[in-house]
Amino acid sequence: MNTLEAAVLLMGVTGGILGVVIALAARFFRVAHDPRVELLIELLPNANCGGCGKAGCADLARAIVAGEAKPSDCPVSSREAIASMSSLLGIDPGVAEKKVAVVRCNGDALHTKVAVNYNGVSDCASAALVGGGPKSCNYGCLGLSSCARACPFGAIEMLKNLAVVHPELCVGCGKCVSVCPRGLITLVPASAQVHVYCNSPARAAVKRKNCASPCLGCRKCERQSPDSFEVVNNLARVKYSSGTLPTPELVEAIGCPTKCLRSVSGHLEQERKEAHE
Amino acid sequence: MEYLEYVKLALGAVLVYNFVLARFLGICPFLGVSKRLGTALGMSGAVIFVMTIACAITAAINQYLLNFRWGEKRFDLTFLQILIFILVIAALVQIIEIVLQKISPVLYRALGIYLPLITTNCAVLGSATLGAQMQYSVFKSTLFGFFSGVGFALALVLFSSLRERLELADIPRPFQGTAIALITAGILAMVFIGFSGLC
Repeated sequence: MNTLEAAVLLMGVTGGILGVVIALAARFFRVAHDPRVELLIELLPNANCGGCGKAGCADLARAIVAGEAKPSDCPVSSREAIASMSSLLGIDPGVAEKKVAVVRCNGDALHTKVAVNYNGVSDCASAALVGGGPKSCNYGCLGLSSCARACPFGAIEMLKNLAVVHPELCVGCGKCVSVCPRGLITLVPASAQVHVYCNSPARAAVKRKNCASPCLGCRKCERQSPDSFEVVNNLARVKYSSGTLPTPELVEAIGCPTKCLRSVSGHLEQERKEAHE
Repeated sequence: MEYLEYVKLALGAVLVYNFVLARFLGICPFLGVSKRLGTALGMSGAVIFVMTIACAITAAINQYLLNFRWGEKRFDLTFLQILIFILVIAALVQIIEIVLQKISPVLYRALGIYLPLITTNCAVLGSATLGAQMQYSVFKSTLFGFFSGVGFALALVLFSSLRERLELADIPRPFQGTAIALITAGILAMVFIGFSGLC
């Protein structure tokens, strides 16, 4: 017997003994699992985004099986996936309106001026801490893509230093909402096609100085359609909770003087175009 | 004065050459499970347990199997050390996981991913190889493993208590979370440098 044979023998025997011990332990200490949890984990998206408020998909699956949560608590799953989950367990799927995030600012690099030359850490929280970042508006998007980095689904694109949400990719998990130091991002019903892309409560004159398309609070939209809009603190807002959400056609008809009342698709198109200029 | 030697061994493993804060081994669970004191205590218990048993078994293997005699011939199989140590530790963690799942599901869920991660916890392999390197006897190696685990537990419990306090502190946003945790760990490591020369 030479060293090589001894080495192979030693490793083989040790491995074999340990394997037998593990097998015996697995037999004597077997725990009965609920197979439904495993099936549910397979049906859930497994992105572990935390949008449901639970610590990951496995945790939600356990909560659903225990009856503490509903399949519709997962904001990411498609309607079909939720339906198959509820039919698997024979429970009520629950109703949840799909929500998407929207960045309420259109102050890209073309619309705003560069107020300071910021060359600190490329992170919105850091920039907000030291004087408020590069752009002239103190309420708008800082453009350092903290939200885009936080998004687990790649739904936020930076176009000319402005965060733009792609609603078809957004699942409404709300990760970006807590990241934005300016509180610009909110979750809105996915059926809402029109938003006011401004979040500055400043006076109209100040806003006009800092941005090419702010909401001036002129109440043009509110006068035309008081059911859909309201103006509070120099700022127009879409009434998302009211029954009548404004349509893109209504936006055309109103004709916002600064073009900050836009449809989602119009906003994307406009920012894309400006980004390529 | 045999016991003095054991006191030295214990002091060395717990304070002077603390696995986390002086040797910088096992940083992953140190940062990962230190958010709550409760889970930190659970993890500490698991590591102490695994380390003690792993050191005992690996020391026995090192002493009797990696240097065994076959008739007149002697085989020097020390080159298998790391390989066989990893095998033993991995199997041990598997067994502990299976047993823990049955005996204490609460602790099992609290430890979560960190229990299987003990397999790759370099502190465990580190204590096993260090014990073998120092040519400790099986009993001494077991003690060394136990006290190394206690040192790990001490660092983890101190750190998690600090982190629980930090959660209430007013930390600037860029430093929140892991950043301030790493800074705290650095300061804690500097404190432990103060023990050097104790034995």
